[in-house]
Amino acid sequence: MSEYTWPDPATRPLLGKRISRVDGPVKASGRAKYTYDYNPNGLLAGKILRCPHAHARIVSIDSSAAEKMAGVKAVKVLQTPGTEIFWAGDEVVAVAAVDESTAEDAIRAIKVQYEVLPHFVSDAEPPKNIGVNNGPISRDDFEDMEDNQVPDEQVIAAIKANGISFKPDDKYLKDAQASGVDPQVVEALRSAKYAEGKTSRSPYKKTAVQKQGDPDKAFTSAAAVSEGFYGASCITHCCLETHGMASEWPTDKDLVVHVSTQNLSGIAPQVSEPLGIPAGNIQVLQQYIGGGFGSKFSPDRWGIATAQLSKAAGGKPVKIMLERDAEQEVAGMRPSGFARVKIAADKDGKLVAWESRSWGTGGMGGGGTPPLPYIFEIPNQRKQHIAISTNQGSARAWRAPNHPQAAVITMTAIEDLAAKMNMDPVDLITRNLELTGPREKIYRDELPIAAELMEWKKKWHPRGDKSAGPIKRGLGLSLHTWGGRGHNSDCDLTIHPDGSVEIKMATQDLGTGCRTIITIVAADTLGIPLDNIKLLIGDSRYPVSGASGGSTTSGGVTSSTRRAAVDARDQLFAKVAPALKAQPKELEAVNATVRVKSDPSRSLRWKEACAKIGAMPMTIRGKNPDKSKPPDLTNSGVGGVQMADVSVDTETGIVRVNKMVAVQDCGLVVDVKTAESQVLGALIMGISYALYEEKILDPVSGRMLNPNMEFYRLAGIADIGEMKVHMMIGKGYDERGVIGLAEPPVISPGAAISNAIANAIGVRVPFLPLTPARVLEALENGGTHATV
Amino acid sequence: MKDDPTRKPETTSGVSRRDFMKISGVGVALPLVLGPKMVEAAGEEVAVHGPGKVPVALTVNGKKLSAQLEPRVTLLDALRDNFDLTGAKRVCDRGVCGACTVLMDGKTVYACAVLAIDAQGKNITTIEGLAKGDALTPVMQAFVAHDAQQCGFCTPGFIVATTHFLEQHPNPNAEDIRRGLSGNYCRCGTYNGIRAVALAKPEGRAS
Repeated sequence: MSEYTWPDPATRPLLGKRISRVDGPVKASGRAKYTYDYNPNGLLAGKILRCPHAHARIVSIDSSAAEKMAGVKAVKVLQTPGTEIFWAGDEVVAVAAVDESTAEDAIRAIKVQYEVLPHFVSDAEPPKNIGVNNGPISRDDFEDMEDNQVPDEQVIAAIKANGISFKPDDKYLKDAQASGVDPQVVEALRSAKYAEGKTSRSPYKKTAVQKQGDPDKAFTSAAAVSEGFYGASCITHCCLETHGMASEWPTDKDLVVHVSTQNLSGIAPQVSEPLGIPAGNIQVLQQYIGGGFGSKFSPDRWGIATAQLSKAAGGKPVKIMLERDAEQEVAGMRPSGFARVKIAADKDGKLVAWESRSWGTGGMGGGGTPPLPYIFEIPNQRKQHIAISTNQGSARAWRAPNHPQAAVITMTAIEDLAAKMNMDPVDLITRNLELTGPREKIYRDELPIAAELMEWKKKWHPRGDKSAGPIKRGLGLSLHTWGGRGHNSDCDLTIHPDGSVEIKMATQDLGTGCRTIITIVAADTLGIPLDNIKLLIGDSRYPVSGASGGSTTSGGVTSSTRRAAVDARDQLFAKVAPALKAQPKELEAVNATVRVKSDPSRSLRWKEACAKIGAMPMTIRGKNPDKSKPPDLTNSGVGGVQMADVSVDTETGIVRVNKMVAVQDCGLVVDVKTAESQVLGALIMGISYALYEEKILDPVSGRMLNPNMEFYRLAGIADIGEMKVHMMIGKGYDERGVIGLAEPPVISPGAAISNAIANAIGVRVPFLPLTPARVLEALENGGTHATV
Repeated sequence: MKDDPTRKPETTSGVSRRDFMKISGVGVALPLVLGPKMVEAAGEEVAVHGPGKVPVALTVNGKKLSAQLEPRVTLLDALRDNFDLTGAKRVCDRGVCGACTVLMDGKTVYACAVLAIDAQGKNITTIEGLAKGDALTPVMQAFVAHDAQQCGFCTPGFIVATTHFLEQHPNPNAEDIRRGLSGNYCRCGTYNGIRAVALAKPEGRAS
């Protein structure tokens, strides 16, 4: 009987409108309390002693002087003598003291001796003659592949081809599946051949060549072939609120943690195991988070340390928030991705062949494999990827893992090919849209809209701005895609007899508008104002909802909320129907009334209607996914087009973005205002990584040279230019259901800006960030080579 | 105040302890009474604070606040840790990002780049002091209306900076905004909304 579908556009009082975020006022007033702001009486300050070497073995630790210092309440050795350390900044000892100054002094008083070992931090092009690593897959190799989101079929193929050098027991396999490893991958591990591991000293891990079609023949018979070198350097997440956690033990069995996390419901299981206490005894709290971007899914070693230090200090609260340098050095980075590419088209501009030799590093794990060629399923391909292990803090998921690198390698190569064929790249891309599979129609809709917003036809010129003077102007574009199906989510919606409505969900709002869209969906369904709903999130005691990663939150929380609200509304109708002398199915909830659809004069105000519930409130659980309550309210697979207009000063190499255009689909848009903000923010983050951001490692010391915010530069308000965002809304889009929006729009800016620079100055600046030095070098040598 | 046995006799404010004893003729074992000692160094009177905690009195949002703080404690940490005024955020902690922006005698400063002891005698206004009670100031309302915030961590600093900027530039143009608000960073990318706020010229500091 119940209709779980999204409502018809004509009957959506709030859904799909332009609504200010519900937590805007508390944030703007400075009253929003983040984990960093947690400041109870008696709070102890925690600090971490970090290894200063990129590769070393701990020989000895003497913390006796720190332990004796006045004001020091606990000292915990995190990695013991004999342990090998693989990156600078790794955690060695933690202390808790009455205040930060004392904790800092205590850290300085600890003496650690290291045996310094050779390190490797370069992600320069690997040597030509390295072999394919065919050894069995170690546990580290496997976990690295999973951490780096290597596609499941590749992982399965590697396990089958090479065997494994570890013996996963049932618990390991169960834990792997629980933490999100695909069941088929788990099965491959279970049935894998065991082989003794050969230890390889090489930092290079080369995949087997992947081939489809006949690339040699296709290149030979092609009308045009373009070759180039493209890529993007390692960057960091640079969350403004650094990672951190506060722990306290109200009893010796119960732990309460405040943590800056994208994974509120998933923290307790990760904390319980190392501490050896039941996950049910751990309460996890977080109201506001100052940025995550994919780097905050785990409690991390420092978070566990706060619980251990608190226990040692008699249960008093202990908080550790990372210092900025530690945040930049160890708390997350995006793998680099580079490639030498050969691409070919026939005389009509149809893409016929692709060849790439790609490489990159994501720290010790090597990093993920960019999906090449991006977007376009070119019929004839040969490709090979080399993951480089380096001694630096590990990669973490960075918005749209592997996709920005893939875009910056593929969309640039396509633009260079178009230039070689004297074609407008919009034209060349349009001719190849059938290679984009299920999203062909979306791109066909979006490209003309983007072109019009950019005035592409009027402003575009063939490669190289021929106007006089040192300032050259150009246009570029890029396409992108992402999945984004809604994650698992449970929602409890309670209607009280006084008409108030309460929603509980153990989710988190990263600033995406999560609170706002949950409230909109519930209020829209119940026909009541937004402020009639009290939304409670950020407490692990509420119903479980998934981690905010991979653009899965919007689809998940709106689906579970819609189902809960529809059921609650229908149960309310059943209670109210007799009073209105009608059948429940004849009722509707609109304008804060419950009334008879055919005779609106027979109505009860919302409060009066809710009084019919009886003395006790009514709580309804909504779930996602829920096959018993079709249809699926969320979906997967979005398309977006972005265009950039830049000016380049050919005397200084400085690039200025004049304008960015983004046309984006995300299925049904729940709140146009926060959706547009998400896209605008992604464009700005994209300008930032395109032009400024780079994690620079010193080959001599192995340390990050810019672990700060003056030399790790973010874009500022002066750097953004004009911005136009167009959301695809209406028929063809709304009925797809809700799809997340956090990843897709951040994928294309790097490629679009790189293409615009090439169009302006006539040569390709090979890789990001597109700094003045690299622009000048490309101008000097014609764009064929870069050493910086 | 007793010497902290774990602390080395290090130089403070460029004056070593031996110089201090020689110049002032006062042994450090004597209790330090109200206010810092003055010594002469390089021909100038220099205040010597510490070592150890010293009394610090601040005027914040019109209120007199006092605490015992080590001289190395920044204004930002004093506000956050001792007075629970957590609107100003610690982000870069070295005077770059602007997340800790507060007003000192009416001018914007990075609170992480000012020592608490140096903020004594000044009028400090934090984000909490801009609004009266629960009501939002016009600038805060404009930040909500133009959705000039996402995670919100940079927002208090940006609002203090924008409030001051609009007092200095009541009719800002795009170039004024580029220059005048470039002292604050945002990671989520809310500058488009912040630019719209400044162009909308919300007036007045009062709620």
